[in-house]
Amino acid sequence: MKEDKKILQNNDWAIEANGLVKIYGKEAAVDGVDLAIQKGTVYGFLGPNGAGKTTTIRMLATLLPADAGSARIFGNDLVSDGAAIRKRISLTGQYASIDEDLTGIENLMLIARLMGYTRRQAKTRAMELLTAFGLDHAAKRQVKKYSGGMRRRIDIAASIVVTPDLLFLDEPTSGLDPRSRNQVWDIIRALVRTGTTVMLTTQYLEEADQLADRIGVIQRGKIIAEGTSSELKASVGRGTLNVQLVHAEDRQQAIDILEDYLGAAVHHGTDSTSLTAQADDSMRVGEALGEFARRRIEVSDFSLGRPSLDEVFLTLTGHSAEQQDSGEEIL
Amino acid sequence: MTVQQQTRETANATNGIEGSTDERLLQAIASGKRPDPASGWSSTMAFASRALLRIKHIPEQMFDVTLFPIIFLLMFTYLFGGAIAGSTSDYLQFLLPGILVMTVAQITVYTGIDLNNDIRKGIFDRFRTLPIWLPSALIGALLVDVVRYTMASVVMIALGLMLGFRPEGGAVGVFLAIALVLVFSFSLSWIWTALGLIVRSEKSLMMMSFLVMMPLTFISNVFVDPTTLPTWLQGFVNINPISTLATAVRGFMHGMGTWQQVVNVLLVSAIMTAIFAPLTMYLYRNKT
Repeated sequence: MKEDKKILQNNDWAIEANGLVKIYGKEAAVDGVDLAIQKGTVYGFLGPNGAGKTTTIRMLATLLPADAGSARIFGNDLVSDGAAIRKRISLTGQYASIDEDLTGIENLMLIARLMGYTRRQAKTRAMELLTAFGLDHAAKRQVKKYSGGMRRRIDIAASIVVTPDLLFLDEPTSGLDPRSRNQVWDIIRALVRTGTTVMLTTQYLEEADQLADRIGVIQRGKIIAEGTSSELKASVGRGTLNVQLVHAEDRQQAIDILEDYLGAAVHHGTDSTSLTAQADDSMRVGEALGEFARRRIEVSDFSLGRPSLDEVFLTLTGHSAEQQDSGEEIL
Repeated sequence: MTVQQQTRETANATNGIEGSTDERLLQAIASGKRPDPASGWSSTMAFASRALLRIKHIPEQMFDVTLFPIIFLLMFTYLFGGAIAGSTSDYLQFLLPGILVMTVAQITVYTGIDLNNDIRKGIFDRFRTLPIWLPSALIGALLVDVVRYTMASVVMIALGLMLGFRPEGGAVGVFLAIALVLVFSFSLSWIWTALGLIVRSEKSLMMMSFLVMMPLTFISNVFVDPTTLPTWLQGFVNINPISTLATAVRGFMHGMGTWQQVVNVLLVSAIMTAIFAPLTMYLYRNKT
């Protein structure tokens, strides 16, 4: 990380943050967050409820002053150049950041006019976005009558009336069904293809895995791990071997062989013929399977995988990502 | 692992089905060129049109400027007329200017309530991250409120004329009187916007406005001639800004308005605006 920074020019960064702190009462909601997010990439900010994700984003979007630390957005200082920053960013908050009493087209036209479009241009732009986001049929419906997925889409549409250079998305898919979630993912991918930098927060590991170039894992206001999805998985260091036996009676013998070759505890799977074990060394896995063949233990299926991001998270934090932290989400 | 694999498959499937819309999506995203920033005037007008659209979608909002004036005028004219002035038509001449002031002053609190509602929803954050002249968000809404106050005034005077109100100041006097009410109410609204940014809920704001406005409107010269009051209470009535406004409005409606009264109202309005408008803007910008 540090070395990358030296090589890249200063203007290659969308976000650089140093030691951001936000204190509520006696608790530090954000406790010294450093970030370096490259232009044109997606950064996934992953952590449980109350970890400080929203607070960090609100500080970076000029909504909340930091109690300590500094940050630059496209080289503009967060404190002294707020106006310059607001010309290049956009925020889609966790809760609908649109007027739910107004219709979809009225909301987009309002934002477009505030951005400087004429009334006619605003209408054209609003219709273009509604059509592209599959909301043209609901253009004249009040947003409060939209479904959850439609709301999210109109909210994101409002954020990109003028294509921002940096888009903050706070939990863009929480509470959405898989279909709506995929639609939002498609929109995010399309945004990145047109050059927008995206910083998104999520509690979902697959979301970070699917979308993010780099992931920062945050817990209790601190970034506890940072890197690409593969780097994070590799940092945990262990792979997992899954074996599916044909005959249940071979199980004890198979367990003995695996424990012998892999030197790790073997766990029973969901049924009497499946086994899993941690495997650091793929050579040893091959030898163990060779031993199976010599002993005529038939295997119907096996896989050797690196740990899932879920396992990474569990290892890093001691609990799974979706599991709620004890604290409430601090806004 | 399996969940992730499934997710990938679903994602791929979706891409396949909606591949045709992909180009359109990219096109729509890429064509969001940044125009020249909106001027303070155009963003103010955009926020004003938002307020008008909200009235269109929630017409109940207009009850306070249509039904309140009717109910207040009828109620107080017939309740107090006989007892205080000996006849309702005599009392109406005295009461109408005052009750107009009271009604409009009380509905100014809705400006703060609307703002308080915005804060508790995400739209407040959206506005604050836009590259706009931020005061336009409040001024636009206040301008539409001034239209609402005008409507309340017109409703009340129309009903008054039907009931036998005869303003000796003529149309010009009534017009000037309404203008004073509007200037005062616009200035008073800033108190509610500032409070609307501080209090937690619209309920607390309602309660606070009740606590402030009830004594201010009743312990004034709106209903009775203050010379009938005990001396210590007269002191309060005389410094009460509602009395200042009611005196001027009554004066102009009955052709007895003075420049001094205009100056007094403008002075009170200027003081309220000078304190609470900057305070509101500070709170709006720095609300956490």
